Amino acid sequence: MLIHRPDNITPFEITPRPLFDRRREFLRLSVGAVLAGVLPAAQAKLGPIRPSAYSIGETQTPFKHVTGYNNFYEFGTDKEDPARTAHSLRIRPWTVSIEGLVRQPKTLGIEDILKLAPLEERIYRLRCVEGWSMVIPWLGFPVASLLKQVEPLGSAKYVEFISAVQPDTMPGVKNRVLDWPYVEGLRLDEAMHPLAIIAVGLYGDVLPNQNGAPLRLVVPWKYGFKSGKSIVRIRFTDSEPRTSWMKSAPREYGFYSNVNPEVDHPRWSQANERRIGEFSKRKTLMFNGYAEQVGQLYTGMDLRKQF
Amino acid sequence: MNPALIKPPLFLACLAPLAYFAWSAEADTLGANPIEAVTRGMGFWALNFLLITLAVTPLRKFSGWTWLVRLRRMLGLFVFFYAVLHLGTYLWFDQFFDWSAIAKDILKRPFITVGMATFALLVPLTVTSNARAIRALGGRRWQQLHRSVYLIGLLAVLHYSWMVKADVSKPLLYALMLGVLLGFRVWWRVQERGRQMAGAGLPKPSRRIIPLVVRK
Repeated sequence: MLIHRPDNITPFEITPRPLFDRRREFLRLSVGAVLAGVLPAAQAKLGPIRPSAYSIGETQTPFKHVTGYNNFYEFGTDKEDPARTAHSLRIRPWTVSIEGLVRQPKTLGIEDILKLAPLEERIYRLRCVEGWSMVIPWLGFPVASLLKQVEPLGSAKYVEFISAVQPDTMPGVKNRVLDWPYVEGLRLDEAMHPLAIIAVGLYGDVLPNQNGAPLRLVVPWKYGFKSGKSIVRIRFTDSEPRTSWMKSAPREYGFYSNVNPEVDHPRWSQANERRIGEFSKRKTLMFNGYAEQVGQLYTGMDLRKQF
Repeated sequence: MNPALIKPPLFLACLAPLAYFAWSAEADTLGANPIEAVTRGMGFWALNFLLITLAVTPLRKFSGWTWLVRLRRMLGLFVFFYAVLHLGTYLWFDQFFDWSAIAKDILKRPFITVGMATFALLVPLTVTSNARAIRALGGRRWQQLHRSVYLIGLLAVLHYSWMVKADVSKPLLYALMLGVLLGFRVWWRVQERGRQMAGAGLPKPSRRIIPLVVRK
């Protein structure tokens, strides 16, 4: 016969009832399986990743919130804006110039920066000055590894971190809510502290644009705004940098901006925080829970005055 | 136009923002910080209804639709309704009824102080928004009391702009809208004064003539 009729369907070809009923979940699991196959590839792109003793064991904030609730004013002042608009950011070619009080200024390409030091996974708390917090598995390396590429002069006391301005890709910089480019800064010993990292990824993959691709600062014991995103310039100085937020509201944002439940911000109480995804609030910890590691950087300082 | 026909659908429309937030909370589409979204959403709608209420009189004067004024009380009560929800989410989900923390917050944070003052000023207006209160107070005193809505408008916008961290473009937009609405009142007052001044030359302005009724 020309027309072939199929045999009766054999039992093993029939989708089991529970799976048939849970098609959505089945699909999700399949996608998960595919992604699991892709992840090693992403790691290959970023190189091998090692765990770090500085990581904390607290529940990590879901990826969708880490990448969907961002303060990145260059892409708009609503927290949902960056996830929507930051795809346009040009992240290649990307260079970082290290200059100021150094013996030999240098400009490094992102490809070379990625090879500077072995990547580590650092699971850190992130505390925003607005009273919310997250736990984020960053991928990166100590800031010190980058700063050691140049020889700072003895007179260098501070480091300024300057973020990119791309007027054609950043809808937010038309709005002069802050003095662009975004400038942040650290004291040299803070920047050299092993907890301070340059992050180039999160959740096992390259850094999403809305989180500050291709490289950003992460200083976990300070309020989130101290960790500049999409860094293009690093400058060693002998005087305290005037950061964008200090220029915008000097009474509200100090140079140090260490997480401190005892020093209140005029707009938000800093005693408590809401961990994203949780209902009740948590007590905010001194130096965001990193007091043991960084406390000695501030001995003898009045943290109320030098906030 | 019969306001009795408009009131029921308008009442339901005024509940739409609340329904939207309830539905979004249920569907988990309020984002990473749903409590903040609800708190801000309720405050946002209290302010919107305040501006809508303040728009009733200008709209009535320009359109000649006198029946509009009969919707004003309901719109005004919705200002209070959303203000209660706004304050309630703050007291409950933000402070968890920790009264000493709340008291400290009111004293320390100017935008909270202003927000609380705004709410306190709304209470007498809500309590007196019925015919019995108008009779008890007398129309003139009732009207004087309800003029505090202009101050409430100014404080509400101030509360909004002090809450914002850096980008004050939206509070400025609200300040502008409020400015236009209050500007009408100032303009009408200036015109009224002009009329009165012009009338001052006459021996006796007609509106001040008190009819003499001989009583036994």
